[in-house]
Amino acid sequence: MTEWLNVILQGVLIGGLYAMFAAGLSLIFGVMRLVNIAHGDLIVLAAYVALTVTEAMGIGPLTSLILVVPAMALIGYALQRLLLNRTLGDDLLPPLLVTFGLSIIIQNGLLELFTADSQKLKAGAVEIMTYHLAPGIWIGLLPLIQFIVAVAVIAGLQVLFYRTALGRAFRATSDDQSVAQLMGLDTRHVFAMAMALSLAVIAIAGVFLAVRSNFDPSIGPARLIFGFEAVIIGGLGSMWGTLAGGIILGVSQAIGAQIDPGWQLLAGHIVFLAILAVRPQGLFPKVSG
Amino acid sequence: MRDDALLQVDAIDVFYGDFQALFDVSLTVKPGQVVAVIGANGAGKSTLLRTIAGLMHPRAGDIQFVGAGIGRAPAYDVVKSGIALVPEGRRLFQSLSVEENLKIGGQSGRPGPWSLDRIYQLFPVLSERRHLPATALSGGQQQMAAIGRALMSNPKLLLCDEISLGLAPIIVRDIYAQLPAIVGDGMSLIIVEQDIAQALKAASQVYCLQEGRIALQGAAHELTRDAISAAYFGV
Repeated sequence: MTEWLNVILQGVLIGGLYAMFAAGLSLIFGVMRLVNIAHGDLIVLAAYVALTVTEAMGIGPLTSLILVVPAMALIGYALQRLLLNRTLGDDLLPPLLVTFGLSIIIQNGLLELFTADSQKLKAGAVEIMTYHLAPGIWIGLLPLIQFIVAVAVIAGLQVLFYRTALGRAFRATSDDQSVAQLMGLDTRHVFAMAMALSLAVIAIAGVFLAVRSNFDPSIGPARLIFGFEAVIIGGLGSMWGTLAGGIILGVSQAIGAQIDPGWQLLAGHIVFLAILAVRPQGLFPKVSG
Repeated sequence: MRDDALLQVDAIDVFYGDFQALFDVSLTVKPGQVVAVIGANGAGKSTLLRTIAGLMHPRAGDIQFVGAGIGRAPAYDVVKSGIALVPEGRRLFQSLSVEENLKIGGQSGRPGPWSLDRIYQLFPVLSERRHLPATALSGGQQQMAAIGRALMSNPKLLLCDEISLGLAPIIVRDIYAQLPAIVGDGMSLIIVEQDIAQALKAASQVYCLQEGRIALQGAAHELTRDAISAAYFGV
């Protein structure tokens, strides 16, 4: 019994990471109907940026966030202004193709620069500290920090979206681009701000991913899939739904792995497909209006 | 006459792709003046307003606003220079509450007499419903919110595209009854209307568009019904 409780708890904690993968994806699709195929590779890019920063400056991965987050946000802003804005229009296909190409460029660029060797960010003692909650139930400090950060990121995005002028601009631009311009909003700038925010979240997710497990240039697409699944399970347009989606995916994978280690990913995909079949709009879709 | 003009539309040609929607259209608005643009469906009235607001750009000709050329300026800059459009069909932001819709209208940050409080004074019903989603308003209330949203940018020139469309006559009368309170501050107005009687009553100057060309123009009280129907229907 406690064994299963422990499995579920670990699943919940990893679910926070998946929710961070998903939040940026959901944000971008919500604001500009852009499906960012390069999302997973950008997570890996953030991990390599953090690797470079930690090695060059001799600081820990969590401290490196102070630099990695703004750096990724800048990359996001530039990426949107210089490239992705040109692909947006009535047709969903051009941004799909361009971000698919970007995904390949990032993977191969990282391969050239860093080789295919797997890397890991070392956070030191924080990685192995655990709390003994109850007989048979341990909670690692790092997964706990990661989960708390994930909840804080989701809550922050929720506040930003519904309580600030920038969030209002995001929602208005998503509703009606041409009327948004009549309000004095330069939609190219609004989109670039959304991409900057998405990549800021990606930076946090990338660093936690890289502390948690080994990474190499090829692991991006699988993170993209986890992100997609969490978004769709939770329901598009709802940040708390995205967190729930991430947790459900994490718990499903943990339970699958407990039954048979080979079933970890399969269990996640099956739960995703089941929810897609029964509730295609997701569990917590945005209420209309 | 041109020297004291607030807005001077100067012989513009406007296209949708290969389709020409406006031919050599000129129009003048003086400070504090209410100008009506009338015409049948598809005559180019909305296109004219969208072009003045910067959502479309003339291929030939230019638009001067307080002495500066705005024919090539994007809509988000035009609104900052003092032109606000109430778009046809109201087009409130559905994900935003009534109050957020008004606030985003003030996002351009132009100073002036209009504020949330003043909009709520003008349309008290919006104050009662400020926290509801914009979709929860009736058609007339949505129109008030759309007008309020445009006023929040403190424009010198307000463009109103078919504000009577789809509304009950009594509500149209209520909204038009508020026009003097809006124009009182010296604001100029261009109203596009299919309801000719309403337009003639509100405006001092009238332009009639027919198939993208100005077919008739003159002071509202000087135009005869025959001249208007001739220009309107092209017979």
